[in-house]
Amino acid sequence: MVLLQSPAVRVALSVAIATGLYGLSFGALSVAAGLTLLQTMALSLLLFSGGSQFAFIGVIAGGGSGVSAMSAAALLGIRNGVYGMQVNVLLRPSRWRKLPAAHLTIDESVATATGQADPDEQRRGFWAAGIGVFVLWNLFTLVGALAGNAMGDPARWGLDGAAVAAFLGLLWPRIRSREPAAIAVVCAVVTIIAVPLVPPGVPILLAAVVAAGLGLSGLGPATEGLEPDVEPYPSGPAGSARGDA
Amino acid sequence: MSLWGWVLLACAVSIATKFLGFLVPAKLLDNPRMLRVAGSLTIGLLAALTATNTVASGQALVVDARVVALLAAAVALWLRAPFLVVVAVGALAAGLARLLGAA
Repeated sequence: MVLLQSPAVRVALSVAIATGLYGLSFGALSVAAGLTLLQTMALSLLLFSGGSQFAFIGVIAGGGSGVSAMSAAALLGIRNGVYGMQVNVLLRPSRWRKLPAAHLTIDESVATATGQADPDEQRRGFWAAGIGVFVLWNLFTLVGALAGNAMGDPARWGLDGAAVAAFLGLLWPRIRSREPAAIAVVCAVVTIIAVPLVPPGVPILLAAVVAAGLGLSGLGPATEGLEPDVEPYPSGPAGSARGDA
Repeated sequence: MSLWGWVLLACAVSIATKFLGFLVPAKLLDNPRMLRVAGSLTIGLLAALTATNTVASGQALVVDARVVALLAAAVALWLRAPFLVVVAVGALAAGLARLLGAA
């Protein structure tokens, strides 16, 4: 069968499994943050962007307001808009395919597609990774949320430590040189200084303003920070998978 | 607005952001400044979320078992552990630190 012989589809399947599995931690952390099972599933089905989903529940878990949580998720989702432009140029989807293509536009599907040279392979990689991640991410979100519900007191199981590790894990692959590291350190310091001074959730939005300012002022190469959460082509040299040569 | 309202609004904004990208003419992609803002926003927000989840407790700064979790996760990432292992290491480290008496 042509699909299973496609190198892009094989990459997409491994990406889908790796990414889908960490839906487990999202589901568990979401119910620990105080969201219901249905709210957790709504985020995975409709918002469908790992970083933004973690941002939303991360703000709620810290006692932040709904508007701070929504804003953090929305700002973190801006890169999906950039990806959308790339996918539109790369795949030229027909009009009726634009909506499903837009919904499946996430770090992993874009990275899988842009890592391929042949247009057919790019198309197969995008759809296979997008659909694969969507199905497994939602399945494992449900399993994680049910398990989290059964666990009782989140602190006893170190779930607050799991949340810290999850955010560091999302940040880590995006720090590959000095400039992104500098942005991360500055924003972390701004956040910590702001915590005692403003209501919970707001320090994160202040950090966003600082980060946007640093980006506007031109710190670092243009595509810095747009790396996927899960590296689809781990054996290749850094950066090559994004086709940004 | 209830939490449900904010959940659904966040979902709507996400869908709109993705779809708007498809409607924007490709010319805008030539602007490296836009890419840079999107990239640094991602980094800055994730750094801020890592920081608050490590040391913030409401409006107080607290050093507790979560700092141990952060260090353990950093070691796991440095050793190139997959995401799920990193999360498990963070939970285990916080749980152990608490067993040993950390707040």
